[in-house]
Amino acid sequence: MQQNDNDRQIRFTRRAAILAGGQAMLFGALTGRLYYLQVLEADRYKLLAEENRINVRLIQPRRGRIVDRFGVQLADNQQSYRVLLTAEQTSNVDDTLAAIAPIIGLDFATIDQIRDDIGRQRNFVPVAIAEFLSWEEVAQIEVNAPDLPGISIDVGDRRFYPQVSEAAHILGYVARVGPEDLTGDPLLETPGFRIGRAGIERSYDESLRGRAGSRQLEVNASGRVVREIGRTESEKGRDLVLSLDMALQSLAGEKLGEESGAVVVMDIHSGEVLTLASAPSFDPNKFAEGLSTSDWAALSGDERAPMRNKAIAGEFSPGSTFKLAVALAGLEEGVIHPDTSFVCPGYKELGNRRFHCWRRGGHGRVDLNQAIAQSCDVYFYELAERLGIDRMAETAERLGLGREFDLDIPGERPGLVPTRAWKRAVIGERWVGGEDLVSGIGQGFLLTTPLQLAVMTARVANGGKAVVPRLIAAADVHLPERLPDADPRTPIDILNRSDVPRDAISGGGAQAPSLGFDPRYLAAVRRGMETVIASPRGTAYRSRIGVPDMEMAGKTGTVQVRRITQAERDTRVLRNDELPWRLRDHALFVGYGPVDNPKYAISVVIEHGGGGSTAAAPVARDVMELTLRRDQARSADPVREG
Amino acid sequence: MARRSGFGRAEAGLLEKLLRLDLLPIILLLVVASIGAMMLYSAAGGNMDPWARRQLIRFGVALVALIVVAVIDLRHWLRYAYAVYAIGIASLVLVELIGTFGGGAQRWLDLGVIRLQPSEFMKIAVVLVLARYFHYLEQDKIGRPHHLLVPLLLIGAPAALILRQPDLGTAMLIIILGGAIFWLAGVRWWKFAALGSLGLAAIPVAWSQLQAYQQRRILTFINPDRDPLGAGYHISQSKIALGSGGVSGKGFLQGTQSHLNFLPEKQTDFIFTMFAEEFGLLGGIGLMLLFACLIAYGIFVAVRCRNQFGRLLAMGLSTSFFLYVFVNIGMVMGLLPVVGVPLPLISYGGTAQLAVMIGFGLIMSVHLHRDQYVIHPGRGV
Repeated sequence: MQQNDNDRQIRFTRRAAILAGGQAMLFGALTGRLYYLQVLEADRYKLLAEENRINVRLIQPRRGRIVDRFGVQLADNQQSYRVLLTAEQTSNVDDTLAAIAPIIGLDFATIDQIRDDIGRQRNFVPVAIAEFLSWEEVAQIEVNAPDLPGISIDVGDRRFYPQVSEAAHILGYVARVGPEDLTGDPLLETPGFRIGRAGIERSYDESLRGRAGSRQLEVNASGRVVREIGRTESEKGRDLVLSLDMALQSLAGEKLGEESGAVVVMDIHSGEVLTLASAPSFDPNKFAEGLSTSDWAALSGDERAPMRNKAIAGEFSPGSTFKLAVALAGLEEGVIHPDTSFVCPGYKELGNRRFHCWRRGGHGRVDLNQAIAQSCDVYFYELAERLGIDRMAETAERLGLGREFDLDIPGERPGLVPTRAWKRAVIGERWVGGEDLVSGIGQGFLLTTPLQLAVMTARVANGGKAVVPRLIAAADVHLPERLPDADPRTPIDILNRSDVPRDAISGGGAQAPSLGFDPRYLAAVRRGMETVIASPRGTAYRSRIGVPDMEMAGKTGTVQVRRITQAERDTRVLRNDELPWRLRDHALFVGYGPVDNPKYAISVVIEHGGGGSTAAAPVARDVMELTLRRDQARSADPVREG
Repeated sequence: MARRSGFGRAEAGLLEKLLRLDLLPIILLLVVASIGAMMLYSAAGGNMDPWARRQLIRFGVALVALIVVAVIDLRHWLRYAYAVYAIGIASLVLVELIGTFGGGAQRWLDLGVIRLQPSEFMKIAVVLVLARYFHYLEQDKIGRPHHLLVPLLLIGAPAALILRQPDLGTAMLIIILGGAIFWLAGVRWWKFAALGSLGLAAIPVAWSQLQAYQQRRILTFINPDRDPLGAGYHISQSKIALGSGGVSGKGFLQGTQSHLNFLPEKQTDFIFTMFAEEFGLLGGIGLMLLFACLIAYGIFVAVRCRNQFGRLLAMGLSTSFFLYVFVNIGMVMGLLPVVGVPLPLISYGGTAQLAVMIGFGLIMSVHLHRDQYVIHPGRGV
């Protein structure tokens, strides 16, 4: 028995030793695992723990401002008030929504959507229920605060366009980020963020946007913020100075009025665009707030295309304004000289077709000067017949037609300068002689934008230099926080002001290269343009400025949109005001001033506006007069800084 | 020696017994329990309530229970082994009938003043009853399979009842514990192999009996990344907490994973993770060493004991303690599936703590009565 138990004890001890050994090995495995996790993999898990713990929230940067050359604010930021609702701070979300609905005008559909939003979020996350509150609404909410548990008001930035629609096509607008805009940049996904959707806002979006700051927040497992650990401030977007003069831009918009058209004014030496107006226009503020469906339908359905920047994207036949290019081509190619004259009987026959002059009875014998001044079509039929399309096209392209200038606004169109080769390649037909004649008076296939017409005029006026338009005076700059209002009478270029850092000023000012035209021939064309206004027989005599040293020269153009039948010619050609809008003529005018010492070129196009001399020239006259007055004021300023 | 029921030595007086109690295990238990209270204080964000204070008060009660159990003569434990076992089974049945739900399982018995988890006490009862059975089973009879049927039933009955709660972890632990006692009693290797293969064959059947959440836990254990925000979340967050603790830890009350609630059930099953996050590898190994000392004490007592009942009892209880520590720590480290086993003396929970203390009370009782030469083996029941 004793022996028996001794056996059992021995067996037990052996087996207990094996069991203890096994236990020790398993403990060793635990220690090994602990070593693996806490030493070998420690860095990885430390990172994961930090990622768990720290939630980075972006701080939206302040968007850069856009100002005109005198510092007039075109795109600015305004404080905007938002209403937030935090579900956990109210005992009943529905009651709170019902209480606030009448104050900020929420409809049932919106309330349902808000309820969905709240349902999706954790109950301590504030949900925005309305943006862009008026002061009255904010005050109302403050007064009623005791009855609005869970409601708080938050201040953010909103984009604001103080000039409303006057430069809308240039500035473009900002709008909510759509799914197609996402690039992986988390800033784009922050609530309420806006990106540039059109115009300068779009093309300079990166520069204007700035750099996001961030807040490092410690959060717990359910996402609630425990405390702020660190903060990197956002870097506000860089400002942008346009070469525009808003006074001119506004006047151009005002003069275009209800018409559909565009006005371009540019410095013929530097290429700076002072005015780039397109009408009708739109209110970019509405886009920043979020356009209603009905507003969008009204804008996109309008036959006058308020959303299109007609100054750069409107393609029109140049009409008689093209005669400047044809005249220069004729002189340059030796087809005519300034004294060459043709007889205008009111038409020109080619084969069995008759090409009419706008003046039924004809102009009789006219030289180049009078042909330009009176816009005699037959003179230019003769010239075009002798030149042929390719030689006209070559000069037209040298003057800046048929190409884009990359003005930094999306949507610029190249227009069209046809050639024989072009017609064969694109239309697949041979060029015929009649088309030379039609092209000679700026009709047919030719298409130009108002910007190109201004460039063409500038190149004629500046003595044949290849000036290129530019709209951005300075980008990527930091302007002083507060910009004093410019003196409206004696404005000073913001880039010349002492409070603007020197490095803000971009290059520019380099002398444009010569296009190689003979100065005498350019002078002959300019003389014709002077006569247009100076001579009582000129097409724009009635639009003369009439102030010494501030006179302009120019050329009218009237583009026929419809085909006039022989039957109508035989009875009476219908007047524009007897026709529906879409069939009326386009009115054009190009010009420069002052006559003696040209500085500025202008182009005016009024779509279906009627005659160039009656509709376009008066607009040009007013805008050019103000341009010259403001130039005089600037030049006379005795305390010019910088 | 030939007496029907006798000990080799006369019974010592109560005072003498108290003076002869080992201090070492009591000190070790005190240290471990203090660490537990400290972690419960940390888990509550630096607060004695709701866990640390209550756990300490219960520890005081449990310490008294330990001493009482330790001084009770081993003969009484031998005599009443079946009674204890019967009470355990009865309370498991009661849980089945009138038990309270908690954490997705019916585990608690509400006695008005206290709520008990009978399955915790069942582990002790199983060890007691098996120790008694094998104490009386003669050596040559162990070789006969039909003598093993009774102890298999003694293990199977509580395991089945606990599995029904359902508490897969505890049921598995009782089966493994029973197997260990079989092994210590001298059951041959090949029988384990036979039972093992039978068990493997039963896996598909058992699988179909498991609750969906238990199946999910096992699948998640096999591949934690399968569902990182669902069932695998606990394990992933636990590993992040452990790993980010590094060698020296983040410091007391500084565990980000625990205090920001990324770590689930930090006051119960995942408390070791919290400890190792705050005290690092050094703290983790230190705590495991303390556990190892307690286990070693049990083994030492078992080997020193001069009767089979005491040997099996001490070794069985110490093994039970080991299993709890190993399964819990292995679980939070992602070595074992999440089966809901607490870390003895550290995790919040009164019953588990009381059971561990009673278990050590029994081990100390074995040690106190180690030289008693209990009745001849082979007596039968």
